[in-house]
Amino acid sequence: MKIIVLAKHAADPESEIRVSADGKGVDEKGLVFDINDWDRYAIEEAIRIREQHGGEVIVVGVGYADDTLRKCLAMGADRAIKIPLDTGMDSYQTAKVVKEAIADESFDLILTGLMSQDHNNALVGTLLAGMLDIPFATAVTSISVEDGRVRAVRELEGGFGEENILPLPALLTIQSGINEPRYVSIMGIKRAKTKELREVSVDAGESMIQVDKVYIPPVEKAELIEGSPEEIAEKLIEILRDRGLI
Amino acid sequence: MMRVFAIAEIGSEELDPVSIELLNLANAIKGDGTSEAVVIGDDVSSYAEELAKHADRVWKVEDSELKNYNPELYVDVLLQLFSKEKPDVVLVANSSRGAEYAPVLAVKLNAPVVTDIVGLDVSNGVRATRYIFQGKLLVDVLVREAETYVFTVRQGVFKDECTVQGEIVDSGIKPSAEVKREFVGIVEPEAGEVDISQADVVVSVGRGIDDASNIELAEELAEVLGGVVAGSRPVIDSGWLPKDRQVGISGKTVKPKLYLALGISGAFQHIMGMKDSELIVAVNKDPEAPIFGVAQYGIVGDIFDVVPALIEKLREIKG
Ligand SMILES: Cc1cc2nc3c(=O)[nH]c(=O)nc-3n(C[C@H](O)[C@H](O)[C@H](O)COP(=O)(O)OP(=O)(O)OC[C@H]3O[C@@H](n4cnc5c(N)ncnc54)[C@H](O)[C@@H]3O)c2cc1C
Repeated sequence: MKIIVLAKHAADPESEIRVSADGKGVDEKGLVFDINDWDRYAIEEAIRIREQHGGEVIVVGVGYADDTLRKCLAMGADRAIKIPLDTGMDSYQTAKVVKEAIADESFDLILTGLMSQDHNNALVGTLLAGMLDIPFATAVTSISVEDGRVRAVRELEGGFGEENILPLPALLTIQSGINEPRYVSIMGIKRAKTKELREVSVDAGESMIQVDKVYIPPVEKAELIEGSPEEIAEKLIEILRDRGLI
Repeated sequence: MMRVFAIAEIGSEELDPVSIELLNLANAIKGDGTSEAVVIGDDVSSYAEELAKHADRVWKVEDSELKNYNPELYVDVLLQLFSKEKPDVVLVANSSRGAEYAPVLAVKLNAPVVTDIVGLDVSNGVRATRYIFQGKLLVDVLVREAETYVFTVRQGVFKDECTVQGEIVDSGIKPSAEVKREFVGIVEPEAGEVDISQADVVVSVGRGIDDASNIELAEELAEVLGGVVAGSRPVIDSGWLPKDRQVGISGKTVKPKLYLALGISGAFQHIMGMKDSELIVAVNKDPEAPIFGVAQYGIVGDIFDVVPALIEKLREIKG
């Protein structure tokens, strides 16, 4: 099995998210970057499949992805491809450049995270599947590789799943919780240093979207209960009592 | 004249209300054009009638092969329809299915696609509004000029109905693609020992609970309040609580008398599962957390300070 995994070096939504001065982006100051959470599950799943069935795991990153690619190599990916382009929020461009960068790789399976934790488009995987014209399934929560095909359960609403069989090559986008991603070991980090991280330059092509404005959502806020923990507890108990909840 | 198509979403044997919301949006932006619904399945007449109350035209695409959803077949029949009936805008629900096939449809239509939109303005270029960073920020994106645009639309946003009463047309389209992906079956959710959707009080923990060992704290609070412990997705993904305790779009929907959100940021997918609770109280150390937008009462603070104090006071009362 030759498996390609896409991994994004993405800002954590729990870091300090502020609108940039020009109002068209996010202030880099205060942002903490790491491997996109969904991609962590995807890379883990790919490594597990290789451990069971043999083959190769190639991780692909677009933009400044070095730290994340190295992390994937340390987890156990065999080699990495970096596409040094900033495609921003334009998933179409991202999918397009990935398609070009992997044109010479024959693959059995492509795994991507369901979405990225920063822009939440959930598009790169599906667009890539469309561009490559291969069978695909999204929000996958379990995979088993059978002879020349994969059996995948997709997540639906309300705790339901949908089981499908896809012939290879196929593309699956991975939902969180599919596995328990491993931690990076010291040995892994050492070994990663000798692994190939190749830069591939491709043309970014035209963009589909342009950011016009980034802003804080206008929301009506909850009434705040303030004070010391004890005062807060007392006030809350008062509210619950008024409503007959205690 | 603009033609706005909305692809109906069929739930388990019923029309998903988001289908009407798609038509609400279609009617709002169509100008002097038309709103047109497309309904795909093996027996869609009753859905078509419901949709016709909100659309200028309803296209039926009916075939026994379309009984079970398959993205390849959906794209196939929609491409056949759109090769004759040229859409300016195609609206699809941002559901587990819509989010899957819409981008591929867009690739085949050579159309730009924007997902999970909460606003759409076509008056001066095409501008779509959506959330980023899990609800922390909004972005307006300008979409490149194109013949057709595809959008997946967030549920629960476009509620303003408008009655139209249009015609129903049998498209006569049959699936023609040779499918590669084979549908095996639906997997039912596992039933657990506690049904959180039946509880009057739900003490719900998020990633802020930080570690499996801290679940105990929530259990103590639930016990004094006579409630059950539930959690957000990361808590379930980490294995700190069983899957049947998950609140949200891919878990359970709860409407208790009291929903106490502890260390939950309030992502849309979580909110969809608890927003109709009678009383929502949130504890979060981040004053900007989106959860404070749905809670009636908010406590900006650390759960590890607030919850122990609350347990102690409650125990004092109960004696
Ligand atoms: C298709 C799909 C389906 C999904 N379905 C669901 C679903 O059914 N249910 C669901 O919940 N999510 C679902 N999600 C995930 C969802 O998008 C969010 O990622 C998730 O809800 C975030 O969980 P959280 O709020 O616990 O974690 P985070 O977003 O990480 O938030 C943690 C919060 O805890 C606060 N905090 C941290 N420490 C403390 C402390 N000591 N005291 C007080 N506050 C603290 C932080 O300020 C932060 O606001 C789904 C996502 C997708 C893409």
